[in-house]
Amino acid sequence: MRRLMRADPKGVLTGVHSLNGNQACVEGALAAGCRFLAAYPIVPAIEAWEWFLERAKDVGATFIQMEDEISALAAVLGASWTGKRSMTITSGPGFSLMMEHLGLAVMLETPCVIVDVQRVGPSIGTPDRPAQGDMMQARWGSHGDYEIIALSPSSPQEMFDFTIKAFNLSERYRVPVMVMADREVAHRKEEVVIPPPSEIMVEPRRYYRGAKSRYLPFKRDRDFVPPMVDIGDGYRFHVTGLTHDDRGYPIMTEECQEYNVHPLVRKIRRYVDEIVQVQEADTEDAEVVIISYGAPSRAALKAMGEARRSGVKVGSLKLVTVWPFPDKRVAELAKKVKAFVVPEMNYGQMVLEVERCSHGRANVVFVPYEEKGFEDDLLSAIRKVCQEKKVREGIIQYHG
Amino acid sequence: MTVLKAVKSRVKHPMDNLLRMDRIPHIWCPGCGIGIAVSAFAAALDKAKIDLDKVAIVSGIGCTGRVAGYVKIDSFHTTHGRAIAFATGIKLGNPEIKVVVFSGDGDLISIGGNHFIHAARRNMDMLVICVNNFIYAMTGGQVAPTTPLKAYATTSPFGCVEPPFNIPYIADSSGAVYVARWTALHVRRLTNSLVEALNKRGFSVVEVISPCAMYYSRINRLGDGLDMMKFYHDNAEIKHGEDTKNLDIGFQTKIIVGKFVDRERPSYLESYNRWLSEMKDGTP
Amino acid sequence: MRANPKDVNTGVYYIDGDVASGYGALAAGCKFVAGYPITPSTEAAEAFARIAPKAGAMFIQMEDELGSIAAVVGASWAGVKSMTITSGPGYSLMMETIGFGAMLETPFVLLNIQRGGPSTGVPTKTGQADMMQSRWGSHGDYELIALSPDSPQELFDYTIKAFNLAERYRCPVMIMSDECVGHMTEKVVIPPADEIEIEPRRFYAGPKDKYLPFKPDEDLIPKMAKAGDGYNLYISGLTHDERGYPAENGGCQSVYTKRLVDKIRLNKDKIIELKEEGLEDAEVVVISYGISSRVAVRGIEMAREEGIRVGSLRLVTVWPFPDERIAELAKKVKAFVVPEINYGQIAFEVERCSHGMANVILVPHGGAGVHHPDDIYNAIEYARRLEGRVEGVIEQKTRLERLVFEERIKLSE
Repeated sequence: MRRLMRADPKGVLTGVHSLNGNQACVEGALAAGCRFLAAYPIVPAIEAWEWFLERAKDVGATFIQMEDEISALAAVLGASWTGKRSMTITSGPGFSLMMEHLGLAVMLETPCVIVDVQRVGPSIGTPDRPAQGDMMQARWGSHGDYEIIALSPSSPQEMFDFTIKAFNLSERYRVPVMVMADREVAHRKEEVVIPPPSEIMVEPRRYYRGAKSRYLPFKRDRDFVPPMVDIGDGYRFHVTGLTHDDRGYPIMTEECQEYNVHPLVRKIRRYVDEIVQVQEADTEDAEVVIISYGAPSRAALKAMGEARRSGVKVGSLKLVTVWPFPDKRVAELAKKVKAFVVPEMNYGQMVLEVERCSHGRANVVFVPYEEKGFEDDLLSAIRKVCQEKKVREGIIQYHG
Repeated sequence: MTVLKAVKSRVKHPMDNLLRMDRIPHIWCPGCGIGIAVSAFAAALDKAKIDLDKVAIVSGIGCTGRVAGYVKIDSFHTTHGRAIAFATGIKLGNPEIKVVVFSGDGDLISIGGNHFIHAARRNMDMLVICVNNFIYAMTGGQVAPTTPLKAYATTSPFGCVEPPFNIPYIADSSGAVYVARWTALHVRRLTNSLVEALNKRGFSVVEVISPCAMYYSRINRLGDGLDMMKFYHDNAEIKHGEDTKNLDIGFQTKIIVGKFVDRERPSYLESYNRWLSEMKDGTP
Repeated sequence: MRANPKDVNTGVYYIDGDVASGYGALAAGCKFVAGYPITPSTEAAEAFARIAPKAGAMFIQMEDELGSIAAVVGASWAGVKSMTITSGPGYSLMMETIGFGAMLETPFVLLNIQRGGPSTGVPTKTGQADMMQSRWGSHGDYELIALSPDSPQELFDYTIKAFNLAERYRCPVMIMSDECVGHMTEKVVIPPADEIEIEPRRFYAGPKDKYLPFKPDEDLIPKMAKAGDGYNLYISGLTHDERGYPAENGGCQSVYTKRLVDKIRLNKDKIIELKEEGLEDAEVVVISYGISSRVAVRGIEMAREEGIRVGSLRLVTVWPFPDERIAELAKKVKAFVVPEINYGQIAFEVERCSHGMANVILVPHGGAGVHHPDDIYNAIEYARRLEGRVEGVIEQKTRLERLVFEERIKLSE
C-alpha cells in the first residue's frame, strides 16, 4: 500500500480566504509541498506567480523569472531532480513553447506541474479573454508518443484542490501533470477554504531504498513507475532524453524503443481507473447528459437545473481529469442516454472524444462559446436534441 | 586478445572513478578533441578536491552533448540548447550542488544563445565548458555560429558568409566572472583553468577549441586530427588578460588563448539570498 | 498555372526522399527555405542549399527552429513561397509559430521528417508519433492540412501539392514524412515543367485604398498582398478584424477566428485525397499512411493469399481527417486494422469515425523501426475471426512486444 503523508504546515495557509483562481492555485501548490517556481511573464497567468513571490519568503520556496517559457520548464525539471516539488505557470503561447520540454519531462519521468491559464488563441489571440483551446494540445502537443495527466478546475476552490491533486498524481506516476485552467477561473475571486495541514494528504516522492551500487534510474516497479533519487545523494546516475535502458544509457534500437516508450504509455493507460475522476449529478435517470469541464461546467449545472424544472431529465458529467479521458464511463452512459451536450470554449476539442467514446449510441451536440454565455444555448440545444428521433452520424453543431 | 583482457582486468585506470567505464568506447571519432576536453575536466575534478557526489553535469545535444553520459557524476543529457536552463533549475533547487554545463558551440551559442547571455547576466553559479569545433558535427557538418568566414560546411556549400561569434566576448560582455579559452592541445593549461573555474562563484566560461577531423577538417581539407593539433601548436598564442574584443577567430588564422576575465561580482544566489533576508527583516 | 521551367529539373533520378522533396519545393516555386540542423531531416536542407542558388532560391540556416519558422512566415509575407524542414524536437519548438502562421493565414510548407520520440528519442530512426501533434500542437483553435507521403516519388509530388494547398487555403501545410521515406532511395521521375500544375498566390487586385487583408472571398479565403507593395499592411497575431486591426472581443473571435477553422472544414471534400484499393467487397480494411502503408502491402498480400477479403485505405491527407468516408466504410466492413508507428493516434480517429459500427484494431510500433508484416497479417486475421463489436480500440500484441517483454531479449546496439 502506498502511504500518503500529511502536508508540511509551513506551506498551508489554513483558513477561509477570498482568493482568485491564480492565487488559490499557488496556495494549493504550496500546500502540496511545491518549493520551486520558474516562469515567464504572460497574461493572464502573471498574478499567480506574483502571489507565489509574495509567499515564497515565508514558506522557503524559490522563485525565478526565466528568460522565456522554454527555459522556465527546463529549470523546473532541473529543480525537480534535486528533490523539490516544482511547477511553472503559463498561458497559450508560453504553453506552446513548453512543448519540447513536456516531452523531456515525459522521457525523464520527471514529476512536475504545469499550469496553463488558457486564453483565446490561436497565436497571440486575445490575451485577456478566457478559452479552452489548448485541451487537445495538452494531450498531443509534444512530438513522439506518450501519455500525460491533465485536470480542469472550474472555481478558485478547485484551483486549490486540483493543484494539490496534480502534484500528488505527478509524484505517483512520475509524469508531468497539467492544470488546464482558464482566464475565467483564474481571475474569478471567491471564497476558498484551506483545511488544516493534517487534513491535506500529500503523495511522497517514491525514493529508491536499495543498495547504492545497485541503483538503476529506470528500473521499473511492478506498476511501471521507477523509483527516484535526488541529485547529490551520491548515486552518480545518468539520465538522457534519448531512448534508454534501465541504466539510463542510450540504446538506439527498436527493441529498446519498445522497452522504454511502451511503459510510458502503459503506466497511465493501465491505471486509468485509478486516475480518472468525474463528478456526476443526476445521471441515473438522465436522457441528456451535459459533459463539461472547467468554467463552462458552472453554466452546465445551472442549465441542468433549469431543464429539470421544465421536465427534461438532464444529468451532468463534469470531467475533473480531462486526460486520460473517461472512455469507459462515457461509453456506458452512451448506452443509456439519448444525447450528450458538450459546451466548450473552443471550436470542438473534447467533444471529439465524446463522439469517439459514444460509439454511435448517442447523439453528440457541440455548443460553442458565445459572448452571452452558455446557459441559454445549452437549454435550447437540449430541447432541440430531444426532438431527434435517431442517432445522427458525427457531431451535431449547435448554432445559437 | 586474452592477454589484453587480463591486463585490462588487473590495471585500474586512474580515471575509473571519474568516467563511466561501462560506456567506453565512446562515440567520438578518431582525431576529435572532445575526449581531451573530457579528460582535462576529469583531471580538474580530481585536482579541485571537490566532493564528486555534489557535482552535477548537464549537456545539451550534439557531439559534446554526449559528454554527460561518460562522466561518472550525476549527469543529465537534456534537450538541444537548454542545458543552461536545466542547470539553473538544479542550482536553485539545491544550491549545494556544483553545476557544470558541458556542451558544444552550436548548442550553447546558437539555439541556446539566449540562455547563455541571461545566465551570464544573472551571474548564475555554474561552470560552462563550451567545446568549439566550428561546425555542427553530430548532424553531419552544417554551418555553425562559430564557423569562420569563408570556411565550408554542408549548408554553406559556397563558403560561410556569416561572421562568427567570438564566444569569450559574448561571455565577458554579458557578465561572466571567469572567461578562458584553450585549444585541445593545451591540456595542462586547460585543466588548470577548469580547476580555477570550478572554485569560482558565479558564471564561468571556458571555451575549448577542438578539431573536428570528420567534418570541419575534411570539408575544408585541413588534414586529420594531428594536423589540426600541429596547427594549434603553430598558431595559438597565449595572451592572458587580452581584451575579449580581440579574440575573433578567422579561417585558419591565429588563435589567441589564455585567461581573459577573472573578476568578482555577486552571484545570483548571493543576491537572491540577500534579497530574501532583507525581506524577512522587513526592509523592502 | 504551369511550373516555371527554370525551377524544374526534369529527368529520371535515383535519389532519396529528402532530396526529392528539395526538388519538389523548387518545382513548386519555393524560393526560400530556413532550417536548423536536425537528424534525420538535415539532408533535405542540405539538398536544398546545394540546388537553391541556381534556381534563384535561398537557404538560410537559422539559430534554432523558432527562428527558422519565424523567418519562413516573414518570407511568405514578402511574397515568396517558403518552407522549413525539421524533425521531432524541432517540430515541438515550432508549435508557437505554427499557430501564428495559422492566425495570419500565411501560406507556407513545413516538412517534418519524423523520428523516434518522445524527447530526443532515437534521432536516426523512424517514427510516426507526431501525427496528432501536427493537428493539435499549437494552442488555441485552428485547422490545417497535413499530408503523408510513402515514397521518394511522393515526397516530390506531395511537396508540390503541399505548396499548392498552402496557397489555395492560405494555411500552413505539413508534410508528415518520416526517416524511412526520407532516407529511402528510389526512382523519382521529375516531369517536364508544363506537366506540373502550380497554384499561384492569390493576390488582391482591386483599388489600393479598398484593400482589407482579412476580408474573405466567398470560399472564406481572403486575398493576399505582400510587404512592400504600398498597402500599409498591419498584420498581427492578436485576434483581428478584416482590417487586421486587433479587436479583442468575443464577437470578433467568433466571426474572424472561427473562419480559420471553417475555411478548412467546409472545403474538406476538395482537400482530402485518399488512395483506395479493393474496398468493394472487403470485410477488413487496413487504414494506413506513410511508411506503414508500404509494410501493410505485404500483410495484405499475405491475408489475401489466405482468402481473406482485405481492402486498403491510405490516407494521403491525414488532416483534415476523412470522417465521412470512414463512417461510410464502417457500415459495410467488419473491422479496420490500423498499423502505425506509435501507440495509437490515428487509430483513435478511426474509432471516432466508425461510430461503433466496425471494430478497430491498432497495430502499434514504438518507432526506430517498422512493423513486421506478420503483425499486420495477424491483426487482419484476428479481425476477421472476431465476432461482434468490441468497444474501444483493440491493441494488437506485436512480435516486438513479445520479444522485449516476454522473451526479455538483451538490449544492446
